[in-house]
Amino acid sequence: MNAIFPFPDTSGSREKLVVIGNGMAGCRAVEEVLARAPGRFDITIIGAEPRVNYNRIMLSPVLAGEKAFDDIIINGPQWYADNAIALISGDPAERIDREARMVVTRSGLALPYDTLLIATGSDPFIIPVPGHDLAGVVTFRDLDDVDRMVAAAEVGAGEGSNAAVVIGGGLLGLEAAHGLALRGMQVTVVHLMPTLMERQLDEAAGWLLRQELERRGHTILTSANTKAILGAAGRVAGIVLEDGTRIRADLVVMAAGIKPATALAKSAGLACERGIVVDDHMQTSDPAILAVGECVQHRGACYGLVAPIWEMCRALADHLTGSGGGGGYEGSVTSTKLKVSGIDVFSAGDFSGGEGCEDIVMRDAAHGIYKRLVIRDNRLIGAVLYGDTADGNWYFDLLRRQEDIAAIRQSLIFGQAYAAGGAGGDPHAAVAALANDAEVCGCNGVSKGAVICAINEGAHSVAAVRSTCKASASCGSCTNIVESLLALTLGAEVEAGPKTLCGCTSFTHDDVRRLIVERELKLIPQVMQELHWNTPEGCASCRPALNYYLLCAWPGEYEDDETSRFVNERLHANIQKDGTYSVVPRMWGGITSPRELRAIADVVEKYNAPMVKVTGGQRLDIFGIRKEDLPAVWADLNAAGMVSGHAYGKALRTVKTCVGSEWCRFGTQDSTGLGVKIEQATWGSYMPHKFKIAVSGCPRNCAEATIKDFGIVCVDSGYELHVGGNGGIKVRVTDLLCKVETEVEAMEHCLAFIQLYREDAHYLERTAPWIERKGLEWLKAQLFTDPDRIGRLAARFRLSQKYWQIDPWAGRAAGAHHDLHQHLAEVRPLALENAR
Amino acid sequence: MNSDTVGQWLDIGPVTQIKAGSARTLPVAGGEEIAVFLTSRGEYFALVNKCPHKHGPLSEGMVHGDSVTCPLHNWRISLRTGEALGDDRGCTPTIPLKVDGGRLFLLREAVLAPRRQAAVGERALDTAA
Ligand code: SRM
Ligand SMILES: Cc1cc2nc3c(=O)[nH]c(=O)nc-3n(C[C@H](O)[C@H](O)[C@H](O)COP(=O)(O)OP(=O)(O)OC[C@H]3O[C@@H](n4cnc5c(N)ncnc54)[C@H](O)[C@@H]3O)c2cc1C
Ligand code: SF4
Ligand code: FES
Repeated sequence: MNAIFPFPDTSGSREKLVVIGNGMAGCRAVEEVLARAPGRFDITIIGAEPRVNYNRIMLSPVLAGEKAFDDIIINGPQWYADNAIALISGDPAERIDREARMVVTRSGLALPYDTLLIATGSDPFIIPVPGHDLAGVVTFRDLDDVDRMVAAAEVGAGEGSNAAVVIGGGLLGLEAAHGLALRGMQVTVVHLMPTLMERQLDEAAGWLLRQELERRGHTILTSANTKAILGAAGRVAGIVLEDGTRIRADLVVMAAGIKPATALAKSAGLACERGIVVDDHMQTSDPAILAVGECVQHRGACYGLVAPIWEMCRALADHLTGSGGGGGYEGSVTSTKLKVSGIDVFSAGDFSGGEGCEDIVMRDAAHGIYKRLVIRDNRLIGAVLYGDTADGNWYFDLLRRQEDIAAIRQSLIFGQAYAAGGAGGDPHAAVAALANDAEVCGCNGVSKGAVICAINEGAHSVAAVRSTCKASASCGSCTNIVESLLALTLGAEVEAGPKTLCGCTSFTHDDVRRLIVERELKLIPQVMQELHWNTPEGCASCRPALNYYLLCAWPGEYEDDETSRFVNERLHANIQKDGTYSVVPRMWGGITSPRELRAIADVVEKYNAPMVKVTGGQRLDIFGIRKEDLPAVWADLNAAGMVSGHAYGKALRTVKTCVGSEWCRFGTQDSTGLGVKIEQATWGSYMPHKFKIAVSGCPRNCAEATIKDFGIVCVDSGYELHVGGNGGIKVRVTDLLCKVETEVEAMEHCLAFIQLYREDAHYLERTAPWIERKGLEWLKAQLFTDPDRIGRLAARFRLSQKYWQIDPWAGRAAGAHHDLHQHLAEVRPLALENAR
Repeated sequence: MNSDTVGQWLDIGPVTQIKAGSARTLPVAGGEEIAVFLTSRGEYFALVNKCPHKHGPLSEGMVHGDSVTCPLHNWRISLRTGEALGDDRGCTPTIPLKVDGGRLFLLREAVLAPRRQAAVGERALDTAA
C-alpha cells in the first residue's frame, strides 16, 4: 500500500464519496463533481496503480519515446491536496460490502461510503494459448506494461537482434508496434482478421494502412491465428501459428482486445452482463453505487474510447449533484484516430453498408488518399478517411447531428471548404472555374484546354476522350473532371462510352486488364485503389473478374482470393439443388480403366451416392456427396490416380475424343492419343470462362469438335484446327483457324490459342462471343503475323501451368481448408441439456 | 435475451473457428442446421441455413458487407435480419448470438426451436426456377 495523503478530517457531516479506480473516468468524474459542488463531498479515491492520475491515451507516445511520464500526468499530487481528496494508491479494492456500505482494500483498509463510484476500466484480453503466462508476454494497458516493453527493447539494443511479436492488429496493437519499432525492435504484427483495424476501417483503408506499415519495415501477418507461445528457459522465445509458421520473439505483446473489469462488481452482486449495467444516470442496480468508464454497459453498449466517457462523467455529475437538469446520458457515436506519426486514419459511425445505404468513394492513388462516406436517407452515417483526415471532425459533426446533407451531397466528399465554398454544391462549377492551361490529368500531362479541344473535335464520351488526348486514361483519378468538362461542353450530347467492367469503375474490362499489367498491380485492393474504384470492396461481378485477371497476369506471384470465388470453385465440386455436391474426376480423353471404374464404384457404395451418371463430357459424375465427405471421396479417387475434373470451374473442362485411327476403320490419326496429351497439358488452367476441347479422328467428327472452344478434326494430311464453337444456349459452329501437319504443331497452336484467350477475353466471355467481338481476322493476325508469337504464347501458358496445374483435391484430401468441409459442432438435444 | 444466466446460452466454441468472409455450419439433431457467419468487418451472425427461396445452403454463399448471396440462384439475404433484399421477398430465421471471452454463444432456445415452417419466398421475376 502506498497512501500518498493522510485522510482528511472525516468527522464532519459531509457525504462520503468513494471512487474505485484512479484512471481516466474516475478522476474526470471527480473533476466534474467538484466543478458543480465544490466541498460537498468527502472524497477518497482508491487506485490499484501506485501513481497519480495520468492520461492513458498518451502511453503510446511514451512507449514511442516521444513523451515522458511527467508529460502525461493529468492531476498531480497538488490536485489531490488542493481538493482534499484522499488517494489510496497501489492498493486495489477487493471487496464491497453493500449491507455495511463499506469498501475493503487488499491491505485491509475499510472505507465507509454514502455513494460509491466504480471506475475500474478494462482488463486486457489474454488469449488462453499455451505459453501465455511466460515471462516476456505483456499486455499494453498501464505504465508498468510500458516499462516492461521499454526494458525488453533495451536488452538487445545495439545488437539489432531483438524481435517483438504483437498479437492484434487493432488500434492498440499498431500503436504498440509503432512504439517498439521506434525503439529499435524488429516487429511482426499477427492479426486474426484479413484486414488491419477491421472494426474501424474497411478493406480498402486497411490495405493502405498495411502497405504503409510494411513500407516502414513491419511484418504484417493477417488471417493469422496464434496457436501457441514458445518458451526457452521460462522466457518467451517465439510464437507458432495455426498453419505451423514460427516467428522468433523476445517480447510478445497481447493486444487482442479488452474486457470490462467487472469482477469486483459481480462479486458484490451488482447486475452485470458484458459490463456493469448502468442507467442513463450511471446508476447500477444498487442506487448507492454508480459506475462509469470502460467497465460499464449502457443501453447494451460498452465503450473503449474516452469521448463517450467524458459524456458519461458529465451526466453522472449532473445527477449526483442535482444540477444541470440534463436528461442523462444517451449513448455515444464514436470516432477513431490512429496515433502513429505520419499515418492519418480516421473513422466514425457505421460503414458496414447494407440495404438503403449509398457509398461515396474518392481515391487519389498519387497521394495515397482514400475517403469513403456512407449515406442513408440523406444523412451521413459513416466515414472512413485515409491519408487526408482534415475533414474528419466536420464529417463527425454532420454524422452526430444527423444533418440532412441533400443540398451538399454532390460535393460532400471534397470536404468542408469546397462543400461550403459557395459552389452551391455544383461539382461542375469548380471545373468551369479552372484556367484553360490548368493541368487536369497529371499522369499524361493534359491541360483543360486540350481536353476541351478533343471534345470539340468529336470525342463525345469519356472513352473517346481517353483514346484521343489520353486524359484520365491511366489512373482515372481525373475521370470526374473529364466528365464535368464533357457536360459543360456538350450538355445533353454526352455519349455513354463502352460498357465498364461493372458499376464500381469507370474502366472497361480491357482497360483494367491493360492497367494491371502496365502498372504492375498485384492485389485486388491495390487495383481498386490505383484505378479509383468507387466502391469500398467491389461487388460480386468485379471481385471474381479481378481475381482471375490477377492470377492470369502474375502466375506464381498472385495468391488466389477464395472469398472472391463462387462456391463451386471454392469447394471444387458442383453444388446441387439439395445442397449436396457432385464429383467429376478427370477421365483423360474419355478413356477409363478397371482400376478407375472400381474406385468410382467403391466411392458410390461407400458414401451412398444416390446416382452415378455418364456426362455429356465423356466422363462419370457422382451425385449427392455431402460437403463433409468430399475430402474423403477425393482421397479415395486420388488413391486410384484420378484428379479433379474441374466440372465446376471457369477452367479447362473436358477433352472429348473419338476412337480414331487406333480402332476405327475411317480413322486418319490417333485422335484419342492426341486428346489425352492435350488434356494432360491443359488441365488445371483457369480461363475467362469454361473451355472445352475435342479431337475427332476424321471429318465424320464423332467427338463434335466443331462446336467446341477448340476443336481438332484429323484428316489424312494432318490436322484442321477449329476455334470458337459453342453448344449450349446459342449454338455456334467453329471457324477454321488453320491446318497443320504434325501433332506437335497442333498442340502448340492449341496452347497459344488458349493463352491468347486467357490474356485477352473478358471474364465470363466464352470463346464464341469473344471471336464474334474481335473478328477472325484479328485472331489470325495475332497468331500468324509474327512467326514467333505462337511459341511465346505457348511458353507463357506453360509457365502459368507450372503454378496452376495442381490437383486442388489432393490438398483438401490432405487436410487443407478443412474448415470449409467440417461442421463447427453437432448439436444433439441430449448433449444440449448438459451443455452450459 | 440479454441476461447472462448460466444455461441459456450454448457455447459453440472459440471465435477463431470461422474465417472472415465465410460461414460454418452446425447441424441440430431434430432441428434445423444453423450457419454461423463472420463478416470481413468482424461481426458474427447466426441464421437457419436455408434460403427462403428454395432452401439453398446460405453457408456456402459469397459474403458481402452484412449480406450473403445464396449459391443456388443468387438471392441476397441480410445476415442481420434474415430478410431477402432487393426485389425478393422472404425471410430466414436468425439465431441470437453473443461473443464472450473469445467464445461464441447461441441462444439455446432459438437453437432448439422446433422444426420451423421455413417460409418460401417469392421473386418479383422468377428467372431462376
Ligand atoms: C453434368 C453435365 C450434364 C450431364 O449430365 O451430362 C452438365 C451439367 C451442368 N451444366 Fe452443362 N453439363 C454437361 C455438359 C454440357 C455440354 C456438353 C459438352 O460439354 O459436350 C454443354 C454444351 C456444350 C458447350 O458447353 O458449349 C453444356 C452446356 C452448358 C451451359 C451453356 C453454356 C453456353 O456457353 O451456352 C451451361 C450454363 C453456363 O455455363 O453458364 C451449363 C451448366 C451446367 C451446370 C454447371 C449448371 C449449373 O450451373 O449448376 C450443370 C451442373 C452439373 C453438375 O452439378 O455436375 N452447361 N453442358 C455435363 C458435364 C460435362 C462434364 O463432364 O464436365
Ligand atoms: C495505449 C492506449 C492508447 C489509447 N489510445 C486511445 C485513444 O487514442 N483515444 C481514445 O479515445 N482512447 C484511447 N485509449 C483508451 C482509453 O485510454 C480508455 O478508454 C480510458 O482510459 C478508459 O478510462 P477508464 O477510467 O474507464 O479506465 P482506466 O483509465 O483504465 O482506469 C481504470 C483504473 O482503475 C484501476 N483499477 C481497476 N481495478 C481496481 C480495483 N479493484 N481497485 C482499485 N483500482 C482499480 C486500474 O488500475 C486503472 O488505473 C487508449 C488506451 C491505451 C491503453
Ligand atoms: S441442361 Fe440444364 S438441367 Fe440439364 S444439367 Fe445442364 S443446366 Fe442442369
Ligand atoms: S435457394 Fe437461395 S436463391 Fe434459390
